[in-house]
Amino acid sequence: MRLITALALAAGMLLGGVGVSAQELRVNEIGIESIEGSAKVDMFRPEKEQAVIPRNFQKQPPLIPHGIKGYNITQNFNKCMDCHSKERAEETGATKVAKSHYLDREDKKQSNISPRRYFCMQCHVPQFDAKPLVANTYKPAAKKGE
Amino acid sequence: MMSLDKFTPAWVKRIGLVTVFGLFAAGIVFWGGFNWALEATNKESFCISCHEMEENVFREYQNTVHYTNRTGVRATCPDCHVPKEWGPKMIRKIQASNEVLHKILGTIDTPEKFNAKRAQLAQNEWKRMKANDSQECRNCHRYDYMDYTEQGNRAAKQHPQAFTEGKTCIDCHKGIAHQLPAIDQHIGKQNDGAVAITHGEKPAEPAKEEEKPAAK
Repeated sequence: MRLITALALAAGMLLGGVGVSAQELRVNEIGIESIEGSAKVDMFRPEKEQAVIPRNFQKQPPLIPHGIKGYNITQNFNKCMDCHSKERAEETGATKVAKSHYLDREDKKQSNISPRRYFCMQCHVPQFDAKPLVANTYKPAAKKGE
Repeated sequence: MMSLDKFTPAWVKRIGLVTVFGLFAAGIVFWGGFNWALEATNKESFCISCHEMEENVFREYQNTVHYTNRTGVRATCPDCHVPKEWGPKMIRKIQASNEVLHKILGTIDTPEKFNAKRAQLAQNEWKRMKANDSQECRNCHRYDYMDYTEQGNRAAKQHPQAFTEGKTCIDCHKGIAHQLPAIDQHIGKQNDGAVAITHGEKPAEPAKEEEKPAAK
């Protein structure tokens, strides 16, 4: 046990050392400057639950307004669907899965959630007041009738 | 010394005072030894000395909050799986002899075999926890001690509601320390006909195999 701990510590120090030197250089193996460390947000500290941030553009996948730590989506069980599925949403007060999630890639309506929509976090991410890494002038398109 | 002799019961006189003290001391030693042996089987290191546990459920548990967390408080195997009270503990330990049998038979000695049995094993444990009102959870998580203002919005809303309805921890908190078996969530063909879990709405019922026609 003690040996394992010692080995783990040694490995950690070694890896830590490598990490620090890489960060100082800010250039990775293929010669591209790393943006790690220059990010304006701390990616490892998700924000606590807060009011819903309005969407930035039409049809933007809504952000997740709550913590999702430990919420796994596996073949056996989809944690999100434990509350957000059509069946459960009313009782849990969660937002119901949108109708668009029942369409397959040919836009044909399926009787249930389309497999391509199974992995919620491909599109929906926890909300976070992340500052853009690069300045941009993006504006959403005007809504219909505006 | 004659006065003491008067109060000495006949059976003590027959076997002698020294023997009586000797037996008493032996009792302490035997009870201590029994308890020591029992506690030895109540350690995480004992549980994972069996590779069925070490390779399957223990690895899954290492990713969860009961193993690794901010404050360093850890709930190990027996904290959740062995009752603390003497009576229920003895009953559970006697039941565990069945697990020893299956260890010898090698019923779940590969991850594949384990996963094939996962639904049944999980349901056994859910049933046990439902029956004792999630006693092992409540050894630490007392709901009358909960400060809802410290909880997240969803938890603060759901907890009082669930307790009023007489629900218990395991009704909603399944698969928090180990991976779940395939669950029929009615969200597609994937797990159609697999175990259906309730959230304590109906009286706990073992999943029925013939639920397909009803579930669209």
